[in-house]
Amino acid sequence: MTSSGDFLVELRDVRKSFDQKEVLQGVSLGLRKGTTLAVMGGSGAGKTVLLRITAGLVRPDAGQVALFGTRIERMREEAMLAIRKRTGFVFQGAALFDSLSVFENVAYPLREHTRLSLGEITDRVHRFLTLVGMPGTDDLLPAELSGGMRKRVGIARALVMEPEVVFFDEPTAGLDPTNARLVAELIATLRAGVCDTAIVVTHDIEFANMVADQMAILHRGRFADMGTPAEIRMSANSDVRRFLAGDLREE
Amino acid sequence: MSVLAYARRQGRESVAWYGGLGLLAIRVARNLRLPPSYLVIVAREIDIIGVRSLAVALTASLFTGMVLALQTAVNMARFGAENYVGPVVALSILRELGPVLTAILVGGKVASGITAELGSMKVTEQIDALRAIGVNYVKKLIVPRIMAALLVFPLITVVADAVGLLGGMLIAVFDRNVDPYLYWNTISYWVVMKDFLTGLGKSVVFGFLITLIGCYNGLATSGGTEGLGRSTTDTVVQVAMAVIISDFFLTKLFLLLFW
Repeated sequence: MTSSGDFLVELRDVRKSFDQKEVLQGVSLGLRKGTTLAVMGGSGAGKTVLLRITAGLVRPDAGQVALFGTRIERMREEAMLAIRKRTGFVFQGAALFDSLSVFENVAYPLREHTRLSLGEITDRVHRFLTLVGMPGTDDLLPAELSGGMRKRVGIARALVMEPEVVFFDEPTAGLDPTNARLVAELIATLRAGVCDTAIVVTHDIEFANMVADQMAILHRGRFADMGTPAEIRMSANSDVRRFLAGDLREE
Repeated sequence: MSVLAYARRQGRESVAWYGGLGLLAIRVARNLRLPPSYLVIVAREIDIIGVRSLAVALTASLFTGMVLALQTAVNMARFGAENYVGPVVALSILRELGPVLTAILVGGKVASGITAELGSMKVTEQIDALRAIGVNYVKKLIVPRIMAALLVFPLITVVADAVGLLGGMLIAVFDRNVDPYLYWNTISYWVVMKDFLTGLGKSVVFGFLITLIGCYNGLATSGGTEGLGRSTTDTVVQVAMAVIISDFFLTKLFLLLFW
């Protein structure tokens, strides 16, 4: 069950429908190591569904999905676990475990998947909390954090296992401009270190320009265009032009 | 919406619900042997399902035994058979009321709690977060609850049976002046081990069904807090129905096998 080994992530002609509505109508992409791809589009364009399918959280109706050269679109949940340990996922709402403290949230993957001692876990958690600008917040509960802080903890939890690929779902959505900028700068900084290969779903063009090597505009279930940020800016595609002008609407 | 369209939609939803429940049962069975065992979580669930539900089960059982003794004694006195209150109370409690009442009362409480907890995790994407981290959520969230229920429901039923018989004796002795030795002697003469064991067998099946329904409805929750409220209410009703309906089939099965 292998795919072309060139890409860490590869999608071929992926389709997905919900209640008669075809959200994805044949999407293909490939992501090489060291690349950050920003998938952009308006609300309801299917960006989050695409990201979840790519991470193996949702099954496509048709098409092929491969992570690290292994086809996953029909793989059992239990078999997917080993592959998911090599990826990180940052949820739009952070999806922190609400009964656990900040420390326990970030330590969770380490406790589940490693045999590190408590001291080693503490060191690693503190290193990642410092990395995302959240030192000294160990004992706080998610309910005591602001939206921006929750996103940062979510990023620390996604990165603490040092995954090979990270999926970001609208990391700046719902934040005030200052927090949005801080999270964007954080992700841009992390690209040089623990997070060099990523897919970022966003509708924030400015943020995408900061972090992406590649951009793709999703419209009506298909990629309207794909390329480097410079190529996208120069694109002759009318949907891309309208998206960049803030005038692209999904049905 | 026409009656036909409504019936069709309800039928489709019912098929999806039973199918989903069956598939979850298969996944639980498949995951039972997989590591890790999460024994600490099983112990915590035993505490939540068992210890914290004991008072409800025992209070209900005590008063059920007492009511049963009152009704039986008054009516059997008309035939001069008041001395047989013990066996009638014992057979009713051991074969039916002990396991069924425990399952409905404790089950409603336990299953709705499970649905609320898992449903809340579902709508806030915490279950997806577990999956994304590479945690087997069926093994971590469902299997420990099912294992705890398989152990706890029979245990609570045993204690509820004993308290129910005691309640019956209190009424028989103090209200109807039945000799306590006669109460217990007639019970030990007329009641056999299979009466007790079939009731216990039912409680194991009830425990499994109750927990499975609670877990499935939690995992299938959608539609935010409104959906969560709907799932929790559905669970209470479905658990009671599952216990009552499965009780009939289990009774029939046990009579065929052991009578």
